[in-house]
Amino acid sequence: MSSRDRATEVEGLYAEAAQWHVNAGGETIHAKRLSGRWRTFKWLTASVWLVFFLGPYLRWDGRQAVLFDIPNRQYHLFGATVLPQDFWMLSLLLLFFAILLAVVTAVVGRAWCGYFCFQTVWTDVFTWIEERLEGPPAARRRLDQAPFATRLRARLPKHLLWLVIGWFTGFSFVAWFVDAPTLWRTFFTGEAGVAAYVTVALFTAGTYVLAGFLREQTCFWLCPYARIQGVMLDPTTLVPAYDTGRGEPRGRLRRGGEAAAGQGDCIDCNQCVAVCPTGVDIRQGQQEGCITCALCIDACDQVMDKVGKARGLIRYASLDELEGRPTRPLVLRPRVWLYGGILTLALAGIVYGLASLAALDLKVLHERAPLFVRLSDGSIQNRYTLKLLNKTPEPLAVEIRVSGPPGLEVSGLERPIQAAAGVVTPALVFVRVPESALAAEQQPVVFHAEARRGDGQRLDTARESVFIAPAP
Amino acid sequence: MADHNPFPGENNTGHIWDSDLRELQNPPPRWWMIGFWTSILWVVGYTILYPSWPVGEEATPGILGWTQIEEYERGVAQIEARRAEFESRIGALGVEEILADPGLTQYTLASAKVLFGDNCAACHGSGGQGNPGYPVLADDDWLYGGSTAKLTETITQGRKGNMVAHQDILSAEEVDTLARWTVEMSQGEPGSEAGWQLFSTKGCSGCHGPTANGVLAELPGGEVITVGAADLTDRIWRFEPGGYESARHTILYGVNQSGVEQTREAVMPAFGPTARVEDVEIRRLDPQEIKKLVVYVHLLGGGL
Repeated sequence: MSSRDRATEVEGLYAEAAQWHVNAGGETIHAKRLSGRWRTFKWLTASVWLVFFLGPYLRWDGRQAVLFDIPNRQYHLFGATVLPQDFWMLSLLLLFFAILLAVVTAVVGRAWCGYFCFQTVWTDVFTWIEERLEGPPAARRRLDQAPFATRLRARLPKHLLWLVIGWFTGFSFVAWFVDAPTLWRTFFTGEAGVAAYVTVALFTAGTYVLAGFLREQTCFWLCPYARIQGVMLDPTTLVPAYDTGRGEPRGRLRRGGEAAAGQGDCIDCNQCVAVCPTGVDIRQGQQEGCITCALCIDACDQVMDKVGKARGLIRYASLDELEGRPTRPLVLRPRVWLYGGILTLALAGIVYGLASLAALDLKVLHERAPLFVRLSDGSIQNRYTLKLLNKTPEPLAVEIRVSGPPGLEVSGLERPIQAAAGVVTPALVFVRVPESALAAEQQPVVFHAEARRGDGQRLDTARESVFIAPAP
Repeated sequence: MADHNPFPGENNTGHIWDSDLRELQNPPPRWWMIGFWTSILWVVGYTILYPSWPVGEEATPGILGWTQIEEYERGVAQIEARRAEFESRIGALGVEEILADPGLTQYTLASAKVLFGDNCAACHGSGGQGNPGYPVLADDDWLYGGSTAKLTETITQGRKGNMVAHQDILSAEEVDTLARWTVEMSQGEPGSEAGWQLFSTKGCSGCHGPTANGVLAELPGGEVITVGAADLTDRIWRFEPGGYESARHTILYGVNQSGVEQTREAVMPAFGPTARVEDVEIRRLDPQEIKKLVVYVHLLGGGL
């Protein structure tokens, strides 16, 4: 390689480095706010979060409808009470949401990021406030350069409002875990728990810093989901995309609104970049910074209307569609079927779990050391530990009946078991089977539990266990 | 290094080699620097507040005066305070009263599980299932009686079995007859005439009782008098694996016979608070612990 070639190569690298722009938060992005279809849609989806703020005030049967009562280890979901024993449902719930995220991403890209994520929604609200109080992006950029005292005076209201929102965010979060009206009363008299104050403080600070300052930096550098999306998207996924074939070669319009010969539809007005809350250029294709909020679609459509061209230069499209490959309908994609299948299974499990939440739950643990004991008369004895979970708010006297091999005798159940409310009551039970009835090494025994509530309602449940004997 | 910068406006540091190789300014983001300096401040604050710098044998104490052992001790004190209520009740009540209270019984079981594991399980098995030569505690066959009073006595004072070796007392034929008779008895059969004859005349019934069930006399109230001799009429063998050979061995060499090489060993040490081992007084279990163990053993299955 000649020295001239090497010099050209080195300069080429520098040229590339100069163009390579890493958004590391050096400058604040002041995105332009335009109205439009997707803007309206984003407000609608963001309003889902009103449930977060208002949900705790919903009442049901004289108590908070949804209350995650951690000190008492019970979760109230409307009429149902979920105890730690039912927590297998939580794993299904987490599976459901994890897969939901995957399936949504596979079909329509990062819809969560663009329309629902608390980081982007709160940031959206914070910048909306910014615009209301400090004016459009140009005015805000000017203010960035102003002396400190001017900036302070101009921005104090915004910061106060941000902190108030942050405080409400934390307070609403805590209100899901303690009785909300009580929290309103105790929080200001200093009687609320330390955990409540710490949580509200952390949320206030966290919301203020994350939505006020870190903003898109969170999506770029902190959020793992932004990074794993690469394996969830495929060429059939619908994402806001720039139609390169139609737009390129891009170029500014000449005076009089005429395009040069051979020029594409993109007039290089940069509006798509100006409105982007993360400051990316969608014309460079799908990238980690794109949260698929579709605000660039609104911007581009407005420009296309103004210059008299068809909308959709930036639109929701798949890579296959843009590159002219045949597109497969949703139902023919195995990924959608697989994700959908897991989703249905998880949902079915949760529905089954909630539907079968019994007020009385019986578990039977068979003793393992020893599995069985031979008694003087040759009969075999097994020892069981019963665990009775009483989910009603009143103590219950539970009668237990055991059925199994003929001639079976039970001790330990002479009196009903007094099961206290809301806790597990253990009881030791011994079952003896005479030598003549020992037909197999393992025989089923069934424990039937029955109790009557104060209002006469009958509760019953049964649990099968095993009776173990030496080989006959 | 160039004196003037031939690449103006490029944001380089001015360090240029070979006329075109230069170092660019690429500072970390501000939020990163804030995190960096905050971490340093944190370390400074932490080392002032908490023990940190090693000085000689010790470390600088830190102005909060926190120590790990104190935190541990506070934790222990907390759990002891919760246990105290149960412990005082166990101290005040008898074994039968504890067994009548399901909540207290559960506490006692949980507490005694550790004691059983430390003191009993090595011989009697983790669940009282016994080991070759060591009795099963989960069955209803008790050499010295299974009442809670007898259990307390056994644990406190220990036990030592005793059976004469009959190798020089009985003829081989007699031993054979008796061993066969024992097997018959254990299977619920009446037992041979010849066996009963030997049992009654050769001194066996002196310990094993007139009906061979190990009981010398029954007292009103259900207590029994025994010397720890096995019940020969039940299905349980004192020395595994049981059967003819086992029985013959025990008859020939006896139990705990000094000077008899093949004798059976059956010794349980005393666990009482003032137990003596080789004339040295040692402390093993206090009455409270023994009381818990009695409840535990009683509920292994044999006390019912």
